[in-house]
Amino acid sequence: MNNPDQKEYRFTRDSLRKKFRLSEFLSEKIITGVAFLSITIIVLIFFFVFKESLPIFRSEKKAAVKVESIQKQEQYGVDTSVTSNASGQEQYGVTTKDTLMIENQAPERDTVAHGSEQATLKSLVGKQWLPVSDNPRYGLIPLIVGTLKITLIAMLFAAPIAILAALFSASFAPYWLREIIKPAIELLAGFPSVVIGFFALMVMASFFQNIFGYDGRLNAFVGGVAMALAAIPIIFTITEDALTAVPRTYTEASLALGATRWQTALFVTLPAATPGIFAAILLGIGRVFGETMIALMATGNAAMISANPFESVRTLAATIGAEMAEVVFGDTHYSVLFLIGSLLFIFNFSLNAMAEFWVKGKLVKRFQGKQS
Amino acid sequence: MKETKIKTKNLTLFYGAKMALNSISVDIPENEVTAFIGPSGCGKSTFLRTLNRMNDLIPGVKITGEVLVDSLNIYDKQIDVVNLRKKIGMVFQKSNPFAKSIFENVAYGPRINGITDRKKLEEIVERSLKNAFIWEEVKDRLHDSAMGLSGGQQQRMCIARTLAVEPEIILMDEPASALDPISTAKIEELIFELKKNYTIVIVTHNMQQAARVSDLTAFFYLGELIEFGKTKKIFTSPDKKQTEDYITGRFG
Repeated sequence: MNNPDQKEYRFTRDSLRKKFRLSEFLSEKIITGVAFLSITIIVLIFFFVFKESLPIFRSEKKAAVKVESIQKQEQYGVDTSVTSNASGQEQYGVTTKDTLMIENQAPERDTVAHGSEQATLKSLVGKQWLPVSDNPRYGLIPLIVGTLKITLIAMLFAAPIAILAALFSASFAPYWLREIIKPAIELLAGFPSVVIGFFALMVMASFFQNIFGYDGRLNAFVGGVAMALAAIPIIFTITEDALTAVPRTYTEASLALGATRWQTALFVTLPAATPGIFAAILLGIGRVFGETMIALMATGNAAMISANPFESVRTLAATIGAEMAEVVFGDTHYSVLFLIGSLLFIFNFSLNAMAEFWVKGKLVKRFQGKQS
Repeated sequence: MKETKIKTKNLTLFYGAKMALNSISVDIPENEVTAFIGPSGCGKSTFLRTLNRMNDLIPGVKITGEVLVDSLNIYDKQIDVVNLRKKIGMVFQKSNPFAKSIFENVAYGPRINGITDRKKLEEIVERSLKNAFIWEEVKDRLHDSAMGLSGGQQQRMCIARTLAVEPEIILMDEPASALDPISTAKIEELIFELKKNYTIVIVTHNMQQAARVSDLTAFFYLGELIEFGKTKKIFTSPDKKQTEDYITGRFG
């Protein structure tokens, strides 16, 4: 029985031969495929949006030539007596007094549009957004200013509220209360923005008008506050996560030194979570920047450059939302809207990328002590 | 035996429904080192934490009995926990420096106590670091991150940070368990020096360490205080069989 010849070797070439596992192979490939597909789709969307905005840049060379002839066309402002509100046509950015003129000049309009196409690039940095006038001007400056203004207002409201709420939830709230607050606010993140917009339009606008007594019911302030409502859940959630990720040992060390809870939160927890809070604010800005429905409903949508928070503004996203449905396919206006789309895409992409790397890079470094 | 600094009377603690400490009564003398030993989960860390009310932070903790420090019950409703913890400092198992410079770490305690004068702060930081035997190693890089220190240095800096608030009692929760033998030796040496001015209570898993640094030893098992007495006696001729078994390594 103990014959050495009979000894069974467990490690043989045969028993350890490479095996082909079909299900393993398939599931791996499918998962890889799906992952790449989603990435590809995002990239393709960006390319599509960017491609549609390309015609603006192509026509650059002829731009200087025809500018003069276009300026001659600018006569609609003269005939102030011709006013028609009867026209049901929506003419964004065009005052009602020239509505009739445009209809009269309908045949001419095509050629004008063609001429203006080449002047577009120059007018992109202009101060007027009048895409459907006889002499269309595609100045993005008022839109950008409007977007930045509303973002600023929204952040002035959202950031302190959300961060303090997160601080309360993470450092002060009793356990049972945190278990209620956090899911509740996180649910708010999925709140349809059209509902917030509706609320702003119907309730907040009148409420603020009663307090501040401004003229235009819908303005940057109302829109900004409404957007803050949309941004608060995002900022809160991420800040709260960052705060709870601060090691308990920090808090204990501070408390054991005789610090109060408030001192501990302010001097230990909050500084340790700074990168995460910064990321939260960036993502909040991204949300506000790309928010369309609330902007459309609550901001008044007049493209003007003004520092007054109680003036109407028109944001980049709202411009696309309002005008894309009515634009002539392939028109300059159409291209410009896509350009705005690309701008939004690039902006939000870089914000998110920044937030991501800030957290990943800095937070980790902080806890491993590579930075003084 | 020296004067009693901390006295507990029938201290019982529940985590929810689970009894973690069962009627503990000990007298911890002033300016001596008292060591708590026992297997994991026996309640010695929990007991240590009741002494400066760190257990208050944990939800669902219920405490009965008394903890008298200088014959004052620290669980009295009139006691301010914040001021109590200034008097009873604590050093943790895992060194826990803040993500700040060494100077800021040590100056944190005095700062929250309202000392803003830079010169005074520098004085306190230097004195604390010297008392923790780490001044020579860090004096040239006070403004570098404390995270860049080695584990042993971090732990001594944490002790310095505790000293900076000028406590009377220092509680140490396994202060050397994560350190190499050389750093451990330094910490033990430090404890030996500190007991001249402070009352020290230390929790340790390392029985040799308890034997080396402590004057008194308490042996805990399953939430009960089995035996408490002079370290020499506990380690040479314990009264209880359980203590002897644990110390000789027959269980635990």
